[in-house]
Amino acid sequence: MSCEACPVHNTGRPSHLGVDMGNWDYVVALAGNPNTGKSTVFNALTGLKQHTGNWPGKTVTRAEGGFEYGDKRFKLVDLPETYSLLSASLDEEIARDFILFGNPDVTVVVVDATRLERNLNLVLQVLEITGRAVVCLNLVDEARRHHLRVDERRLARDLGVPVVPTSARYRQGLPELLAAINDVAAGKTACKPHRIGGASPEVEQAVSGLARKIEAVFPKLTSARWVALRLLDGDARIAAAVRQGELGELEGASQTAVEGAALAEASA
Amino acid sequence: MSASRFDQAAVQDILRSAEALRWELGRDYHDRVVETVYADAAGIADRAVTREGDRPRFDLDATIDRLVTSRVWGLPIMLLLLMLVFWLTITGANLPSNWIASVLIGRIYPALKQGAEAVLIPHWVSGMLIDGMYLSTAWVVSVMLPPMAIFFPLFTLLEDFGYLPRVAFNLDNFFKKAGAHGRQSLTMVMGFGCNAAGVVATRIIDSPRERLIAIITNNFALCNGRWPTQILIAGVFLGTLVSAQLAGLVSAASVVAIALLGVGLTLVASWVLSRTMLKGQPSTFSLELPPYRPPRVFQTLYTSLIDRTIYILWRAIVFAAPAGLVIWLVANVHLGGPSLAEILVNLLDPVGLFIGLNGVILLAYIVAVPANEIVIPTILMLTVLMTGVTGVGQGAGVIFQLDSQQTLQSLLTAGGWSLLTAVNLMLFSLIHNPCSTTIYTIYKETGSVKWTAVATLMPLILGVSVTFVVAQIWHLLAGAI
Repeated sequence: MSCEACPVHNTGRPSHLGVDMGNWDYVVALAGNPNTGKSTVFNALTGLKQHTGNWPGKTVTRAEGGFEYGDKRFKLVDLPETYSLLSASLDEEIARDFILFGNPDVTVVVVDATRLERNLNLVLQVLEITGRAVVCLNLVDEARRHHLRVDERRLARDLGVPVVPTSARYRQGLPELLAAINDVAAGKTACKPHRIGGASPEVEQAVSGLARKIEAVFPKLTSARWVALRLLDGDARIAAAVRQGELGELEGASQTAVEGAALAEASA
Repeated sequence: MSASRFDQAAVQDILRSAEALRWELGRDYHDRVVETVYADAAGIADRAVTREGDRPRFDLDATIDRLVTSRVWGLPIMLLLLMLVFWLTITGANLPSNWIASVLIGRIYPALKQGAEAVLIPHWVSGMLIDGMYLSTAWVVSVMLPPMAIFFPLFTLLEDFGYLPRVAFNLDNFFKKAGAHGRQSLTMVMGFGCNAAGVVATRIIDSPRERLIAIITNNFALCNGRWPTQILIAGVFLGTLVSAQLAGLVSAASVVAIALLGVGLTLVASWVLSRTMLKGQPSTFSLELPPYRPPRVFQTLYTSLIDRTIYILWRAIVFAAPAGLVIWLVANVHLGGPSLAEILVNLLDPVGLFIGLNGVILLAYIVAVPANEIVIPTILMLTVLMTGVTGVGQGAGVIFQLDSQQTLQSLLTAGGWSLLTAVNLMLFSLIHNPCSTTIYTIYKETGSVKWTAVATLMPLILGVSVTFVVAQIWHLLAGAI
């Protein structure tokens, strides 16, 4: 029901709120399941007032916006809503490709606090690809209404990345979310992302063995384990990326950003 | 940056050993990985979440869901809600419509004309700018703004509340029976807003076959540009068949009937396509019913006014202003005796009458390919021109003031309109080619000229056939009585 989801609507619009999109310091990807309030978080962060629908499958294209924090400019890319990154529908592929090949400096995964277990499936898959992630634990107001309490510190410890409780509808927790994004982008937060474990020994052996080989060829790749997982699943897109050296090109931005931040801190 | 930077032998080794390991791990590898992820997620969630007071409590969401998605009550409740929305729209829009028209057309228009005469602007310039562009724009604003300003906030409130996925849930089973993807129900609901947006939304359907079906049939979801046509014609011709108290109800019911016919056509067309051009089995999927969320009323009013009402109105104006100019020219350029418009209308008239419409309506639909929004204004302008009705218009190609539905009805009747014309116009408005924006979007999404042509021509052919059949049956019955 929405014109704002329509590509015709978005083309030719001036960059949102005059943020110069050609000139940003960090790229932030926004991922999440349907109905987690992801679009609301996107609007809240970018200051847009587009209407957000309450139904699955609303975001099928990549929307982009920008915001400033401190003296840094962030470009925010809203990915399609997905439950997983493991299957082959177009929207999942768009999300997966951007996190993997778009090499965002930070990936924010918006999760529904009232449906944490199901939402964590996506978080764990994202964490296999990138450790530079922030979990936005949204809809905590609704969780409270359902008498659910989520221990975000425990969750952050288990996941190994920052977890920020928010209620984007009521603009609660957004300053903290911005700070967490900034800290991960600038390399101030050390992330130790949770890795999927507990698989049978033979799977674990196959994955880690293959991952070692991949790391040997693409030393700067941070998602070797995930690439191994996908190759073992016969993912043609990933196999092609390995063959054509596309993965090797991923060493760039984030590493440079970390080094840059480290340099800046050292000189300060 | 080329592949040669990497050790090709090592790359081949990776791919080969991956292939070998795949055989060793067996076919259930994917499921095992997914299970591992799920188990991990369950463990982490379990540690982080505590529930206060574990006794079962009355769950309002589940109770509402049982009602609105029940086999018995789901569809009737859906119909009632739609009826209510249209009834509020139709009965509520009349007064502000007349008020806006009386200001824009009754006051400002004569003032502009007098001003133009006072400063000696040539007749043809003031004709093009004031009679053509200004009046058509004023018309679009007064006819479309009030219904949209009522309809969109209401619809958006339903959407925010979380009702639309329930509509999809209620219809999902029908789509499966039609051999289409259940998610098509969602893209169809999206098409009720804008078909171009609905076509883009079909990306959530992963099977290419079912996605094509959803794209081709999306046009049968009555879009924003066509709701005003339906609402207006229903109000003028069908509402007036009954007493004033029932008028709003009957008009609303007929608009709902047209919308439902669109849903029916979507299903039938999907069924036919999935058995002819696009054969195959429907794939399964899961549809999540999002939690009900209390809509933020003021924000909804704001966003639906800014994002939808004003946006669509603006789109209508952008197309209507130049169209007004073109129509004024067409009406005032004379080739020998009659004007160009008269020649065109007379040319199309036999075809139009054949399918229970008329040449004016067909010409309006040709002019309105860029935007369905301007069908009604164009029809009115051309009708004035063709009938030469005096007292309402002030010359050829001038869009005039309508202070009441009676004026509109008497004008259209003078233009040779009958109840059949009104009914067939409503049908044709539902079943004809998509607007140019949607056609372009279909081409971009499918990348195929063939499927774009199918999606464009199939509804047009169907529309002509349906109106033809209705016209023939109508004439038969009229003859029998």
